[in-house]
Amino acid sequence: MSILIDGSTRVICQGITGSAGAFHTAGCLAYGSRMVGGVTPGKGGKSDSNGLPIFDTVAQAVSATGADATMIFVPPPGAADAILEAAAAGIRVIAAITEGVPVQDMIRTKAALRDFPETTLIGPNCPGVITPGRRVSGTGPDATFEGGCKIGIMPGYIHTHRADASSGRAVGIVSRSGTLTYEAVWQCSERGIGQSTCVGIGGDPIKGINFIELLERFHADPETDAIVMIGEIGGSDESDAARWIGEHATKPVISFIAGRTAPPGKRMGHAGAIIGGAADTAEAKIAALREAGAVVCESPADLGAAAAEALAVASR
Amino acid sequence: MKVHEYQARQLLHDAGIPVPPGSMVETAEEATREAERIFGGGAGLAVVKAQVHAGGRGKAGFVKLVKNANAATEAATFMLSNRMKSPQTPPEGLEVKRLLVAEAVDIAKEFYVAMLVDRARRTNTLIASAEGGVEIEKTAEERPEAIFTMPAHPTLGLQPWQAREVAFRLGFVGKTVGQAVDLMLRLDRLFRASDASLAEINPLVLTPPCDGHPDGRVMAVDAKFSFDDNALFRQKAIADLFDPAEENPLELKAREFGLSYIALDGNIGCLVNGAGLAMATMDIIKLHGGDPANFLDVGGSASEAAVTEAFRIILADPKVKGVLVNIFGGIMQCDVIARAIVSAAKTVGFTVPLTIRLEGTNVAEARRILEAAQSEIPTMQPAGDLGDAARRICAAVAGR
Repeated sequence: MSILIDGSTRVICQGITGSAGAFHTAGCLAYGSRMVGGVTPGKGGKSDSNGLPIFDTVAQAVSATGADATMIFVPPPGAADAILEAAAAGIRVIAAITEGVPVQDMIRTKAALRDFPETTLIGPNCPGVITPGRRVSGTGPDATFEGGCKIGIMPGYIHTHRADASSGRAVGIVSRSGTLTYEAVWQCSERGIGQSTCVGIGGDPIKGINFIELLERFHADPETDAIVMIGEIGGSDESDAARWIGEHATKPVISFIAGRTAPPGKRMGHAGAIIGGAADTAEAKIAALREAGAVVCESPADLGAAAAEALAVASR
Repeated sequence: MKVHEYQARQLLHDAGIPVPPGSMVETAEEATREAERIFGGGAGLAVVKAQVHAGGRGKAGFVKLVKNANAATEAATFMLSNRMKSPQTPPEGLEVKRLLVAEAVDIAKEFYVAMLVDRARRTNTLIASAEGGVEIEKTAEERPEAIFTMPAHPTLGLQPWQAREVAFRLGFVGKTVGQAVDLMLRLDRLFRASDASLAEINPLVLTPPCDGHPDGRVMAVDAKFSFDDNALFRQKAIADLFDPAEENPLELKAREFGLSYIALDGNIGCLVNGAGLAMATMDIIKLHGGDPANFLDVGGSASEAAVTEAFRIILADPKVKGVLVNIFGGIMQCDVIARAIVSAAKTVGFTVPLTIRLEGTNVAEARRILEAAQSEIPTMQPAGDLGDAARRICAAVAGR
């Protein structure tokens, strides 16, 4: 089991002929994702370098391939439009990787997506989502996998399927940061802890799926034993999540909040990572999460060890 | 992106929002002429204001009320020949190149009105208070009940009934209700059309009754705007308002190369991919007793040349006594970083300790490249994991 996507998910790439789209489509295929085609308006009827069919519209791609998920690399001016086109075509999971989408576009898009309750948007400005597959052969970067689904730009090989994990346990991971998610995955894998699904929700102020919806889904997933939640400064999403955890959580939640040392008023790379009021600070979020019963790591290097402790997995 | 007060005033004026007469000047002579024009129009009082992004202008003597053109000349001469120092400026102060000279209108009452991106409500929200002229953060802390919020519809924008409700709550009466409503609706349209992230009018003033305005006039006296950097590609007119003199030169240089760099006060330079990991790297340095000299996110797809430039920027900071490279390759390929380290060693040179932690895409190739270059970069030491990397660089820097 997993959340959002699994080995049967049929994936297209919007922006498949761009350099990033082409590179990561190949990466997802290599991981074992069922990539079934791509969309670039005006290039319909052709094939990409992997032999995947290219379509002019998402609707055509869906009707020809049965795609139910998409990975968007469309540049910022057209990214919001690409999201809405995917939703209108009946795509169930939209992972918008594009960085730099104007916030006013996301306000309008987020409101328009209310018309598509079956659609889940992940991102934008995110690494995407992965449900790890079983390891078939090889180790490290040379390992091959099957039965999983990677929709995004994360390095697949660092992930571990629950059944391949020496502990036999798995965490679900939700994070606002891409590379910090990889860090958490790697630390867990190193300690024999698998991952059910890892979702990078993105660093923008207005985005798709958020902490609480993912905490709910991970709680409903029998193969998720604990949840790693990685937040950062800016906004109140982590404090809202802390409230949910306090009221509903029955699985361990391990957390880290980045940006404790960030000066107020400075935007730390992510458009969403800027301290405005007192509630936006790392300290406020850490306090709220601890109050709610989550384990909050002081150091980002301790996430794996904290997950191991919470799951009572013997340390190496 | 932030703009100057005089630019914000112009945007409001162009959007049909009344602002007191005045203009931007760059010399004391221009200030004199503008003051003469304002006093010639019958005004009794004018104001000369330094145009810098930092706050605390009033206390520093860089906002002056003047009663005649001579006083305006004197104020302008002072501001243009002294550096402005306030708690919000660097210790050496800021050079003032531009002034705003404007009519100081009579004020019956001051208000606060702003539009901002409300991330919790996922829409734009109007914030208003009948207690204007003071910092809204202060009001929010001391008297939160004095602040009204009105979330605008995400696609339709602020509606007239919402602006009316706010106008009545703020205490506007008679003909001024219509003026305030019109102003708020125009502010919302300007906010959305210009991809602003904050549009603040403080104070918004009501003047005493005057000719043609028996209930007084509603005007924007001071304004602060900031804009969504991600939308500047479609906001050429706004992008043109950018003043590079207000920015840290190294941060500007970094932006040219697609790097996100912010200078800090410490002595350990950081080069990281990803904003979250970059913040976490700063945090872990601090946790091990060190002090980060910067935030630097090389982004997802930086070229070898851009990463080499990143090293040049980090090492240009004389405070830097050591550098920590922390890369978790996803899109970023570790071998690109490794090649950039070798290239930076040749063109820039590492005289300070350099701790390198690499993981992820193409890490094996990256390790081969660095091992081969170890003898050319004697200060370089590889780290096993993030905690190890932080310990090593903090120890190396503490020992210097």
